[in-house]
Amino acid sequence: MQYIPNIIFVIALIAGIGYFTKNVRKIIRNIRLGKDVDRTDNKKERFANMARIALGQSKMVRRPVAGILHIVVYLGFIIINLEVLEIIIDGIFGTHRIFAFLGGFYDFLIASFEILAFLVFIGVVLFWIRRNVIRLKRFWNPEMKGWPKNDGNLILYFEMVLMTLFLVMNAADLQLQNLGAEHYIKAGSYPISQYISPLFNGMTEGSLILVERGAWWLHILGILVFLNYLYFSKHLHILLAFPNTYYGDLKPKGQMDNLEAVTKEVMLMMDPNADPFAAPAEDESEAEPAKFGASDVMDLNWAQLLNAYTCTECGRCTSECPANQTGKKLSPRKIMMDTRDRLKEVGDNIDKNGSFVDDGKQLLNDYISTEELWACTSCNACVEACPVSISPLSIILDMRRYLVMEQSAAPSDLNNMMSNIENNGAPWPFNQMDRVNWSKE
Amino acid sequence: MSETVKVPTMAEYMAEGKRPEVLFWVGCAGSFDDRAKKITKAFVKLLHSANVDFAVLGTEESCTGDPAKRSGNEFLFQMQAVTNIEVMNAYEIKKVVTACPHCFNTLKNEYPALGGDYEVMHHTQFLKSLLDEGRLTVEGGKFKGKRITFHDPCYLGRANNVYEAPRDLLRKLEVELIEMKRCKRNGLCCGAGGAQMFKEPEPGNKDVNVERTEDALETKPDIIAAGCPFCNTMMTDGVKSKEKEDSIDVMDVAELIANAQDL
Repeated sequence: MQYIPNIIFVIALIAGIGYFTKNVRKIIRNIRLGKDVDRTDNKKERFANMARIALGQSKMVRRPVAGILHIVVYLGFIIINLEVLEIIIDGIFGTHRIFAFLGGFYDFLIASFEILAFLVFIGVVLFWIRRNVIRLKRFWNPEMKGWPKNDGNLILYFEMVLMTLFLVMNAADLQLQNLGAEHYIKAGSYPISQYISPLFNGMTEGSLILVERGAWWLHILGILVFLNYLYFSKHLHILLAFPNTYYGDLKPKGQMDNLEAVTKEVMLMMDPNADPFAAPAEDESEAEPAKFGASDVMDLNWAQLLNAYTCTECGRCTSECPANQTGKKLSPRKIMMDTRDRLKEVGDNIDKNGSFVDDGKQLLNDYISTEELWACTSCNACVEACPVSISPLSIILDMRRYLVMEQSAAPSDLNNMMSNIENNGAPWPFNQMDRVNWSKE
Repeated sequence: MSETVKVPTMAEYMAEGKRPEVLFWVGCAGSFDDRAKKITKAFVKLLHSANVDFAVLGTEESCTGDPAKRSGNEFLFQMQAVTNIEVMNAYEIKKVVTACPHCFNTLKNEYPALGGDYEVMHHTQFLKSLLDEGRLTVEGGKFKGKRITFHDPCYLGRANNVYEAPRDLLRKLEVELIEMKRCKRNGLCCGAGGAQMFKEPEPGNKDVNVERTEDALETKPDIIAAGCPFCNTMMTDGVKSKEKEDSIDVMDVAELIANAQDL
């Protein structure tokens, strides 16, 4: 009987981590639905970017208020998780404060955790106020209705509750230590929970144990639930920001990739020795010709799909977007959210059917409209603004490629511009032979 | 503005068996747009005054393909690119300078993979290098003390991290350089990029160029300086929409330097 809590704990731990692992594998599988792109070069620069942008939060602090609050919550989150290690060991072996033998250093650790937990709590409350009281515009764009809005708040509530449970647990523990209760050895230093502790004055040892154990269990179960919540939430960025900044595009922002399939065709057209009547090779005639551009998530590359899972919907991209600022329908954040939603839908389809079965839907039109795509000025403000190296622009451009090369569906003005380039080598209807007339005018 | 400037072509150089130091890539706007042609001329005057041995492709130049590529027409882009590269490689071009950030970006970043590897400079970078080498002198002249704000072209700034060359040149003019609230990497687009120049904007409540012009007007400038023919058009239109065209000029950095010297 005395091992029942240990057994329940181990089962909860295995179930929590097991379900999470299962979902992480789904995410990896979904990301791999994307086309291949080589991001294995320049490992040193990639590590440096990850260290600076993800670990070092360098782009977060470009907006100082949000940036500093975020660093507090981020540091708190990482450091307080050291405490989770102790909780897990205690839970499995039925010990209590197993690291107490560290003595003075343990006091220091617990004191730091408490101060950080308090700061995280304050930070999260301020984040909540920014979202719900000050109502910063970027949290109230049209794409933030429903789940995205609730998701943002739920994460904050989760963190408030977890931090409170941690401090309540310590406060009750402190009371028990002072009462000299069995099992509750004198250890740790409690700079914050010593002020919560008086709330429990006069409680019996039994009730105190109930409070302490209750908070302890809810805290660790809460962490396991929160871990599994990530899969369903924008909060995945706490993990994916690292690979995403590592695999980010290293080229100058203005450089758009040259489609290789097109290069082959162009080179063939320009080759005076090519046989215009050549029959396609045996194996080629059977294969479906490659699609130009992207109409669905499978047409994007895996780095773009990783981008979509990494997006935490902060909206910095959208708030910097010239099209969005002037009332156009385009929101770069929505491009990322739509890509993730569609990818999730495709993944669920695969889970259900074993492999993807056409559902009559696609990213283009069912999620992202052409009006959004044609509003982009390709100015890279969204790419520059993203704190975790996401490029909404690359998805927009790939979808334009599909519209133009597969569907000939460019706005008519652009068709005129393109036929001008084709016919006379300039976007306007001027004769190429007049190109140096300016020198004589 | 009716005055002929001497502009040698690559074909003429080739006929004489000579090679210029640099190819001046004029670009479509610089060749055909009435406003941009003035920028082209100003830049050519500066090249002459610095004794730069340069040539243009002239009738052999064709659109780089940038607006086609940003519209999604990769096919047309690569056709343009491969054709231009063939011409440039035949002339054994090593170094290219252009006054258009879109041409600059495309030539510099997107041509190499298709076989066109050149040292590509924006005209502000090139002028800066002439200045550093002592071949060009830039003095305040008539712009001394004027309030000037510089609008960063997206394809020069964010796209290629060139922020200082144009500013260094403006400082040499001894002007009062005032930054807009959104500048350098945070600079707001003029609204022309991504082929928007060639189409009507999508439905919205404001034009991007008006929004950007308001940023510029906040600095109470005498002159808005630009480094891109498309930005120039957009900002000029923006200033007109605010009915400020009588008091505020929109000028390219090259024009400012050339005019300061009364070239």
